[in-house]
Amino acid sequence: MSYSVPEVPGQDIAADDAPRSSSTGWPLWEVFVRQRRGLSHVHAGSLHAADVETALQNARDVYTRREEGVSIWVVPSGEIHATDPYDADAMFEPFADKPYRHPTFYEIPDEVGYM
Amino acid sequence: MTQTTAGETRFQTTIDADDKVEPRDWMPEGYRHTLIRQIAQHAHSEVIGMQPESNWITRAPSLKRKAILIAKIQDEAGHGLYLYSAAETLGVSREDLVDQLHTGRQKYSSIFNYPTLTWADMGTIGWLVDGAAIVNQIMLQQTSYGPYSRAMVRNCKEESFHQRQGYEIMLTLSRGSAEQRALAQDALDRWWWPSLMMFGPPDSESTHTEQSMEWKIKRMTNDDLRQKFVDMTIPQAEYLGLTVPDPDLVWNVEREHYDFGDIDWDEFWTVIKGHGPMNRERIQHKVGAWEDGEWVREAAIAHSEKAAARAADTIDARGAA
Ligand SMILES: [Fe+2]
Ligand SMILES: [Fe+2]
Repeated sequence: MSYSVPEVPGQDIAADDAPRSSSTGWPLWEVFVRQRRGLSHVHAGSLHAADVETALQNARDVYTRREEGVSIWVVPSGEIHATDPYDADAMFEPFADKPYRHPTFYEIPDEVGYM
Repeated sequence: MTQTTAGETRFQTTIDADDKVEPRDWMPEGYRHTLIRQIAQHAHSEVIGMQPESNWITRAPSLKRKAILIAKIQDEAGHGLYLYSAAETLGVSREDLVDQLHTGRQKYSSIFNYPTLTWADMGTIGWLVDGAAIVNQIMLQQTSYGPYSRAMVRNCKEESFHQRQGYEIMLTLSRGSAEQRALAQDALDRWWWPSLMMFGPPDSESTHTEQSMEWKIKRMTNDDLRQKFVDMTIPQAEYLGLTVPDPDLVWNVEREHYDFGDIDWDEFWTVIKGHGPMNRERIQHKVGAWEDGEWVREAAIAHSEKAAARAADTIDARGAA
Protein backbone atom coordinates (compact mmCIF):
# COMPACT_ATOMS: atom_id res chain seq x y z
CA MET A 1 0.00 0.00 0.00
CA SER A 2 1.15 3.53 0.06
CA TYR A 3 1.16 6.85 1.19
CA SER A 4 1.70 10.41 1.25
CA VAL A 5 1.68 11.40 4.89
CA PRO A 6 1.70 15.19 5.15
CA GLU A 7 3.04 17.23 8.03
CA VAL A 8 0.50 18.82 10.32
CA PRO A 9 0.97 22.58 9.94
CA GLY A 10 2.63 24.15 12.95
CA GLN A 11 4.08 20.91 14.25
CA ASP A 12 7.80 21.03 15.02
CA ILE A 13 9.10 17.99 13.18
CA ALA A 14 12.78 18.53 13.81
CA ALA A 15 12.29 18.33 17.59
CA ASP A 16 10.03 15.34 17.19
CA ASP A 17 12.52 13.34 15.20
CA ALA A 18 15.30 13.39 17.77
CA PRO A 19 16.16 9.79 18.71
CA ARG A 20 14.92 8.87 22.17
CA SER A 21 15.56 5.18 22.37
CA SER A 22 19.02 3.70 21.97
CA SER A 23 19.47 0.71 19.74
CA THR A 24 19.39 -2.51 21.77
CA GLY A 25 17.68 -4.76 19.25
CA TRP A 26 18.73 -7.68 17.10
CA PRO A 27 21.81 -7.27 14.89
CA LEU A 28 21.52 -6.31 11.22
CA TRP A 29 22.30 -8.83 8.44
CA GLU A 30 22.76 -8.32 4.71
CA VAL A 31 20.91 -10.86 2.57
CA PHE A 32 22.19 -12.28 -0.74
CA VAL A 33 19.96 -14.50 -2.88
CA ARG A 34 20.89 -16.86 -5.70
CA GLN A 35 17.97 -16.70 -8.09
CA ARG A 36 18.71 -20.06 -9.68
CA ARG A 37 21.58 -22.47 -10.08
CA GLY A 38 24.32 -21.11 -12.31
CA LEU A 39 23.84 -17.49 -11.19
CA SER A 40 25.73 -15.58 -8.50
CA HIS A 41 24.19 -14.56 -5.21
CA VAL A 42 22.95 -10.96 -5.49
CA HIS A 43 22.29 -8.51 -2.67
CA ALA A 44 18.55 -8.49 -1.91
CA GLY A 45 18.35 -6.29 1.19
CA SER A 46 18.84 -6.50 4.91
CA LEU A 47 17.02 -7.62 8.03
CA HIS A 48 17.35 -7.96 11.79
CA ALA A 49 17.69 -11.31 13.53
CA ALA A 50 19.13 -12.59 16.79
CA ASP A 51 21.33 -15.28 15.23
CA VAL A 52 22.32 -16.84 11.94
CA GLU A 53 19.58 -19.51 11.95
CA THR A 54 16.76 -17.03 12.41
CA ALA A 55 18.46 -14.63 9.98
CA LEU A 56 18.29 -17.33 7.29
CA GLN A 57 14.68 -18.18 8.12
CA ASN A 58 13.62 -14.53 8.12
CA ALA A 59 15.48 -13.98 4.85
CA ARG A 60 13.49 -16.81 3.29
CA ASP A 61 10.22 -15.28 4.51
CA VAL A 62 11.07 -11.71 3.53
CA TYR A 63 12.95 -12.12 0.26
CA THR A 64 11.85 -15.41 -1.35
CA ARG A 65 8.07 -15.67 -1.01
CA ARG A 66 7.65 -16.10 -4.77
CA GLU A 67 10.41 -18.47 -5.83
CA GLU A 68 12.95 -15.66 -6.06
CA GLY A 69 15.76 -17.91 -4.91
CA VAL A 70 17.27 -21.34 -4.43
CA SER A 71 20.02 -20.32 -2.02
CA ILE A 72 20.53 -17.56 0.56
CA TRP A 73 23.61 -16.06 2.22
CA VAL A 74 23.36 -13.84 5.28
CA VAL A 75 26.34 -11.75 6.39
CA PRO A 76 26.57 -9.51 9.48
CA SER A 77 26.30 -5.98 8.08
CA GLY A 78 29.36 -4.85 10.03
CA GLU A 79 31.46 -7.44 8.21
CA ILE A 80 30.92 -5.82 4.81
CA HIS A 81 33.83 -3.64 3.73
CA ALA A 82 33.41 -1.23 0.85
CA THR A 83 35.35 1.22 -1.28
CA ASP A 84 34.93 4.87 -0.37
CA PRO A 85 32.56 6.68 -2.77
CA TYR A 86 34.88 9.72 -2.56
CA ASP A 87 37.74 7.66 -3.95
CA ALA A 88 35.66 6.25 -6.78
CA ASP A 89 37.22 8.49 -9.45
CA ALA A 90 40.79 7.64 -8.53
CA MET A 91 39.95 4.02 -7.78
CA PHE A 92 38.24 3.26 -11.07
CA GLU A 93 39.89 5.86 -13.31
CA PRO A 94 42.69 3.58 -14.67
CA PHE A 95 40.11 1.64 -16.65
CA ALA A 96 39.02 4.70 -18.62
CA ASP A 97 42.46 5.50 -20.07
CA LYS A 98 43.26 1.96 -21.18
CA PRO A 99 40.96 1.55 -24.15
CA TYR A 100 43.30 -1.13 -25.54
CA ARG A 101 41.81 -3.48 -22.96
CA HIS A 102 38.63 -3.54 -25.01
CA PRO A 103 38.16 -5.62 -28.18
CA THR A 104 36.73 -2.66 -30.12
CA PHE A 105 40.16 -0.93 -29.87
CA TYR A 106 41.49 -3.14 -32.66
CA GLU A 107 40.59 -2.81 -36.32
CA ILE A 108 40.21 -6.12 -38.08
CA PRO A 109 39.23 -6.07 -41.78
CA ASP A 110 35.70 -7.28 -42.52
CA GLU A 111 37.09 -9.93 -44.86
CA VAL A 112 38.56 -11.74 -41.87
CA GLY A 113 35.06 -12.44 -40.65
CA TYR A 114 33.74 -12.55 -37.11
CA MET A 115 36.41 -12.49 -34.43
CA MET B 1 37.73 23.03 -2.34
CA THR B 2 36.50 21.74 0.99
CA GLN B 3 35.08 18.25 1.16
CA THR B 4 31.55 19.56 1.76
CA THR B 5 31.66 21.59 -1.41
CA ALA B 6 32.96 18.62 -3.38
CA GLY B 7 30.16 16.53 -1.86
CA GLU B 8 27.56 19.15 -2.73
CA THR B 9 28.74 19.31 -6.31
CA ARG B 10 28.76 15.56 -6.61
CA PHE B 11 25.26 15.33 -5.09
CA GLN B 12 23.84 17.91 -7.49
CA THR B 13 25.53 16.23 -10.46
CA THR B 14 23.99 12.91 -9.44
CA ILE B 15 20.51 14.45 -9.12
CA ASP B 16 20.81 16.36 -12.42
CA ALA B 17 21.92 13.22 -14.27
CA ASP B 18 18.91 11.25 -12.90
CA ASP B 19 21.42 8.99 -11.19
CA LYS B 20 20.77 7.41 -7.78
CA VAL B 21 22.17 8.71 -4.51
CA GLU B 22 23.57 5.83 -2.45
CA PRO B 23 23.87 5.53 1.35
CA ARG B 24 27.53 6.49 1.76
CA ASP B 25 27.35 9.50 -0.55
CA TRP B 26 27.35 12.98 0.89
CA MET B 27 23.82 14.39 0.95
CA PRO B 28 22.24 17.57 2.32
CA GLU B 29 20.88 17.16 5.85
CA GLY B 30 17.43 18.20 4.63
CA TYR B 31 17.49 15.50 1.98
CA ARG B 32 18.46 12.85 4.52
CA HIS B 33 15.89 14.10 7.01
CA THR B 34 13.06 14.23 4.45
CA LEU B 35 13.86 10.71 3.30
CA ILE B 36 14.07 9.22 6.79
CA ARG B 37 10.67 10.63 7.63
CA GLN B 38 9.01 9.72 4.34
CA ILE B 39 10.41 6.17 4.20
CA ALA B 40 9.68 5.53 7.89
CA GLN B 41 6.09 6.76 7.54
CA HIS B 42 5.68 4.65 4.43
CA ALA B 43 6.95 1.64 6.43
CA HIS B 44 4.59 2.42 9.32
CA SER B 45 1.70 2.58 6.83
CA GLU B 46 2.50 -0.89 5.47
CA VAL B 47 2.61 -2.30 9.00
CA ILE B 48 -0.49 -0.55 10.39
CA GLY B 49 -2.24 -1.38 7.11
CA MET B 50 -2.25 -5.04 8.12
CA GLN B 51 -4.77 -4.36 10.90
CA PRO B 52 -7.90 -3.42 8.94
CA GLU B 53 -7.47 -6.50 6.76
CA SER B 54 -6.50 -8.98 9.47
CA ASN B 55 -9.84 -8.04 11.02
CA TRP B 56 -11.43 -10.28 8.35
CA ILE B 57 -9.11 -13.29 8.24
CA THR B 58 -11.28 -15.43 10.50
CA ARG B 59 -14.45 -14.36 8.68
CA ALA B 60 -13.32 -14.76 5.07
CA PRO B 61 -16.16 -16.39 3.07
CA SER B 62 -14.09 -19.36 1.87
CA LEU B 63 -10.81 -21.13 2.54
CA LYS B 64 -9.47 -19.82 -0.78
CA ARG B 65 -10.26 -16.20 0.13
CA LYS B 66 -8.78 -16.73 3.57
CA ALA B 67 -5.50 -18.07 2.18
CA ILE B 68 -5.31 -15.16 -0.30
CA LEU B 69 -5.97 -12.59 2.41
CA ILE B 70 -3.28 -14.07 4.66
CA ALA B 71 -0.78 -14.04 1.77
CA LYS B 72 -1.60 -10.41 1.00
CA ILE B 73 -1.21 -9.35 4.62
CA GLN B 74 2.12 -11.19 4.82
CA ASP B 75 3.25 -9.22 1.76
CA GLU B 76 2.38 -5.99 3.56
CA ALA B 77 4.60 -7.05 6.49
CA GLY B 78 7.35 -7.65 3.93
CA HIS B 79 6.80 -4.19 2.43
CA GLY B 80 7.22 -2.68 5.88
CA LEU B 81 10.51 -4.56 6.30
CA TYR B 82 11.92 -3.50 2.90
CA LEU B 83 11.15 0.08 3.82
CA TYR B 84 12.55 -0.01 7.36
CA SER B 85 15.74 -1.48 5.86
CA ALA B 86 15.90 1.38 3.36
CA ALA B 87 15.41 3.95 6.15
CA GLU B 88 18.16 2.32 8.22
CA THR B 89 20.70 2.94 5.43
CA LEU B 90 20.27 6.63 6.32
CA GLY B 91 21.67 6.09 9.82
CA VAL B 92 18.61 5.57 12.01
CA SER B 93 17.82 2.52 14.09
CA ARG B 94 14.78 0.30 13.65
CA GLU B 95 13.91 0.61 17.35
CA ASP B 96 13.91 4.36 17.13
CA LEU B 97 11.57 4.40 14.14
CA VAL B 98 9.17 1.98 15.83
CA ASP B 99 9.31 4.10 18.97
CA GLN B 100 8.45 7.23 16.96
CA LEU B 101 5.37 5.46 15.59
CA HIS B 102 4.31 4.22 19.02
CA THR B 103 4.63 7.67 20.56
CA GLY B 104 2.84 9.41 17.70
CA ARG B 105 5.87 11.43 16.60
CA GLN B 106 5.75 9.79 13.18
CA LYS B 107 2.50 8.98 11.43
CA TYR B 108 1.06 6.59 8.89
CA SER B 109 -1.41 6.94 6.06
CA SER B 110 -4.79 8.33 7.11
CA ILE B 111 -6.58 5.58 5.15
CA PHE B 112 -5.90 2.97 7.84
CA ASN B 113 -7.85 4.90 10.44
CA TYR B 114 -11.15 3.82 8.92
CA PRO B 115 -12.93 0.64 10.10
CA THR B 116 -13.47 -2.43 7.90
CA LEU B 117 -17.16 -3.12 8.43
CA THR B 118 -18.00 -5.80 5.85
CA TRP B 119 -16.30 -8.39 3.64
CA ALA B 120 -16.78 -6.02 0.70
CA ASP B 121 -14.23 -3.75 2.38
CA MET B 122 -11.56 -6.38 1.62
CA GLY B 123 -12.45 -6.03 -2.04
CA THR B 124 -12.50 -2.26 -1.97
CA ILE B 125 -9.21 -1.98 -0.09
CA GLY B 126 -7.41 -4.22 -2.58
CA TRP B 127 -8.93 -2.44 -5.53
CA LEU B 128 -8.77 1.20 -4.37
CA VAL B 129 -6.22 1.42 -1.55
CA ASP B 130 -3.65 -0.87 -3.16
CA GLY B 131 -4.58 0.71 -6.49
CA ALA B 132 -3.73 4.16 -5.15
CA ALA B 133 -0.58 2.69 -3.64
CA ILE B 134 0.48 1.38 -7.03
CA VAL B 135 0.12 4.81 -8.65
CA ASN B 136 2.24 6.36 -5.90
CA GLN B 137 4.83 3.60 -5.77
CA ILE B 138 5.35 3.40 -9.53
CA MET B 139 6.31 7.06 -9.30
CA LEU B 140 8.60 6.31 -6.34
CA GLN B 141 10.51 3.65 -8.29
CA GLN B 142 12.07 6.70 -9.96
CA THR B 143 13.00 8.35 -6.65
CA SER B 144 16.58 9.62 -6.43
CA TYR B 145 17.56 7.59 -3.34
CA GLY B 146 18.81 4.16 -4.41
CA PRO B 147 17.64 1.99 -1.49
CA TYR B 148 14.15 3.58 -1.53
CA SER B 149 13.89 3.07 -5.27
CA ARG B 150 14.91 -0.60 -4.96
CA ALA B 151 12.39 -1.18 -2.16
CA MET B 152 9.68 0.29 -4.43
CA VAL B 153 10.61 -1.99 -7.33
CA ARG B 154 10.18 -4.95 -5.00
CA ASN B 155 6.88 -3.59 -3.61
CA CYS B 156 5.39 -2.93 -7.01
CA LYS B 157 6.04 -6.49 -8.15
CA GLU B 158 3.77 -7.67 -5.34
CA GLU B 159 1.07 -4.99 -5.45
CA SER B 160 -0.49 -6.15 -8.68
CA PHE B 161 -1.72 -9.34 -7.01
CA HIS B 162 -3.17 -7.23 -4.18
CA GLN B 163 -5.19 -5.06 -6.50
CA ARG B 164 -6.38 -7.89 -8.72
CA GLN B 165 -7.57 -10.05 -5.82
CA GLY B 166 -9.49 -7.04 -4.48
CA TYR B 167 -11.09 -6.28 -7.81
CA GLU B 168 -12.03 -9.92 -8.21
CA ILE B 169 -13.86 -9.80 -4.86
CA MET B 170 -15.74 -6.72 -6.13
CA LEU B 171 -16.57 -8.50 -9.40
CA THR B 172 -17.94 -11.50 -7.55
CA LEU B 173 -20.08 -9.32 -5.28
CA SER B 174 -21.35 -7.09 -8.08
CA ARG B 175 -22.42 -10.13 -10.10
CA GLY B 176 -24.09 -11.68 -7.05
CA SER B 177 -27.39 -11.15 -5.25
CA ALA B 178 -28.99 -7.74 -4.68
CA GLU B 179 -27.69 -7.89 -1.14
CA GLN B 180 -24.13 -8.57 -2.34
CA ARG B 181 -24.31 -5.70 -4.84
CA ALA B 182 -25.49 -3.42 -2.05
CA LEU B 183 -22.50 -4.47 0.06
CA ALA B 184 -20.13 -3.63 -2.79
CA GLN B 185 -21.75 -0.23 -3.37
CA ASP B 186 -21.72 0.59 0.34
CA ALA B 187 -18.01 -0.21 0.57
CA LEU B 188 -17.24 1.96 -2.45
CA ASP B 189 -19.29 4.79 -0.92
CA ARG B 190 -17.25 4.66 2.27
CA TRP B 191 -13.76 4.17 0.78
CA TRP B 192 -13.84 6.40 -2.30
CA TRP B 193 -13.07 9.75 -0.71
CA PRO B 194 -10.53 8.46 1.84
CA SER B 195 -8.75 6.76 -1.09
CA LEU B 196 -8.45 10.08 -2.92
CA MET B 197 -7.08 11.64 0.28
CA MET B 198 -4.24 9.06 0.28
CA PHE B 199 -2.34 11.23 -2.21
CA GLY B 200 -2.08 13.98 0.38
CA PRO B 201 -3.18 17.63 0.46
CA PRO B 202 -3.64 19.61 -2.77
CA ASP B 203 -0.50 21.02 -4.38
CA SER B 204 -1.54 24.54 -3.38
CA GLU B 205 -1.24 23.55 0.31
CA SER B 206 1.55 21.03 0.08
CA THR B 207 4.52 22.85 1.55
CA HIS B 208 7.23 20.24 1.03
CA THR B 209 6.36 19.15 -2.49
CA GLU B 210 8.53 21.71 -4.28
CA GLN B 211 11.75 20.78 -2.47
CA SER B 212 10.99 17.05 -2.77
CA MET B 213 10.50 17.47 -6.51
CA GLU B 214 13.78 19.41 -6.82
CA TRP B 215 15.62 16.63 -5.03
CA LYS B 216 13.70 14.13 -7.17
CA ILE B 217 12.49 12.28 -4.10
CA LYS B 218 9.01 12.74 -5.57
CA ARG B 219 8.61 12.77 -9.34
CA MET B 220 4.95 13.82 -9.57
CA THR B 221 2.80 16.11 -7.44
CA ASN B 222 -0.08 14.96 -5.21
CA ASP B 223 -2.73 16.38 -7.54
CA ASP B 224 -1.22 14.80 -10.65
CA LEU B 225 -1.05 11.40 -8.96
CA ARG B 226 -4.64 11.77 -7.75
CA GLN B 227 -5.84 12.64 -11.25
CA LYS B 228 -4.04 9.63 -12.68
CA PHE B 229 -5.73 7.39 -10.12
CA VAL B 230 -9.20 8.78 -10.81
CA ASP B 231 -8.76 8.41 -14.57
CA MET B 232 -7.67 4.80 -14.18
CA THR B 233 -10.34 3.83 -11.67
CA ILE B 234 -13.59 5.24 -13.07
CA PRO B 235 -13.79 2.78 -16.00
CA GLN B 236 -13.14 -0.06 -13.54
CA ALA B 237 -16.04 1.12 -11.35
CA GLU B 238 -18.27 1.37 -14.43
CA TYR B 239 -17.42 -2.18 -15.41
CA LEU B 240 -18.55 -3.30 -11.95
CA GLY B 241 -21.79 -1.38 -12.42
CA LEU B 242 -21.08 0.60 -9.26
CA THR B 243 -21.56 4.33 -8.78
CA VAL B 244 -18.70 6.48 -7.52
CA PRO B 245 -20.20 8.73 -4.80
CA ASP B 246 -19.40 12.03 -6.52
CA PRO B 247 -22.17 13.96 -8.30
CA ASP B 248 -19.57 16.32 -9.84
CA LEU B 249 -17.64 13.56 -11.54
CA VAL B 250 -17.59 14.15 -15.31
CA TRP B 251 -15.28 13.45 -18.25
CA ASN B 252 -13.71 16.69 -19.40
CA VAL B 253 -13.26 16.45 -23.17
CA GLU B 254 -10.83 19.36 -23.37
CA ARG B 255 -8.56 18.22 -20.55
CA GLU B 256 -9.02 14.56 -21.43
CA HIS B 257 -9.30 13.85 -17.73
CA TYR B 258 -12.13 13.35 -15.28
CA ASP B 259 -13.19 16.39 -13.30
CA PHE B 260 -14.17 15.46 -9.78
CA GLY B 261 -15.75 17.11 -6.75
CA ASP B 262 -14.12 18.84 -3.79
CA ILE B 263 -12.41 16.66 -1.23
CA ASP B 264 -13.33 17.24 2.42
CA TRP B 265 -9.92 18.35 3.64
CA ASP B 266 -11.27 19.08 7.12
CA GLU B 267 -11.97 15.38 7.50
CA PHE B 268 -8.49 14.60 6.21
CA TRP B 269 -6.75 16.85 8.74
CA THR B 270 -8.95 15.59 11.56
CA VAL B 271 -7.85 12.02 10.82
CA ILE B 272 -4.17 12.94 10.36
CA LYS B 273 -4.17 14.77 13.69
CA GLY B 274 -5.33 11.59 15.41
CA HIS B 275 -9.11 11.97 15.61
CA GLY B 276 -10.22 9.49 12.96
CA PRO B 277 -12.53 6.60 13.80
CA MET B 278 -9.73 4.09 14.46
CA ASN B 279 -6.53 6.06 15.27
CA ARG B 280 -6.45 5.19 18.95
CA GLU B 281 -7.25 1.52 18.43
CA ARG B 282 -4.63 1.06 15.70
CA ILE B 283 -1.78 2.39 17.84
CA GLN B 284 -3.00 0.62 20.97
CA HIS B 285 -3.02 -2.67 19.09
CA LYS B 286 0.44 -2.03 17.62
CA VAL B 287 1.99 -1.09 20.97
CA GLY B 288 0.29 -4.09 22.60
CA ALA B 289 1.77 -6.47 20.01
CA TRP B 290 5.22 -4.92 20.52
CA GLU B 291 4.99 -5.29 24.30
CA ASP B 292 3.66 -8.84 24.07
CA GLY B 293 6.65 -9.73 21.89
CA GLU B 294 9.21 -8.33 24.32
CA TRP B 295 9.96 -11.69 25.96
CA VAL B 296 10.44 -13.33 22.56
CA ARG B 297 12.99 -10.71 21.51
CA GLU B 298 14.82 -11.06 24.82
CA ALA B 299 14.79 -14.85 24.70
CA ALA B 300 16.18 -14.86 21.16
CA ILE B 301 19.06 -12.58 22.17
CA ALA B 302 19.78 -14.69 25.29
CA HIS B 303 19.78 -17.84 23.17
CA SER B 304 22.17 -16.38 20.59
CA GLU B 305 24.56 -15.13 23.31
CA LYS B 306 24.54 -18.53 24.98
CA ALA B 307 25.19 -20.31 21.69
CA ALA B 308 28.05 -17.91 20.90
CA ALA B 309 29.59 -18.45 24.35
CA ARG B 310 29.32 -22.23 23.96
CA ALA B 311 31.02 -22.06 20.56
CA ALA B 312 33.81 -19.91 22.02
CA ASP B 313 34.32 -22.43 24.87
CA THR B 314 34.67 -25.26 22.39
CA ILE B 315 37.34 -23.35 20.46
CA ASP B 316 39.20 -22.52 23.70
CA ALA B 317 39.12 -26.16 24.77
CA ARG B 318 40.49 -27.26 21.41
CA GLY B 319 43.20 -24.58 21.57
CA ALA B 320 44.24 -25.73 25.05
CA ALA B 321 44.48 -29.40 24.08
FE1 LIG C 1 -0.50 -3.99 -1.01
FE1 LIG D 1 2.13 -2.71 0.47
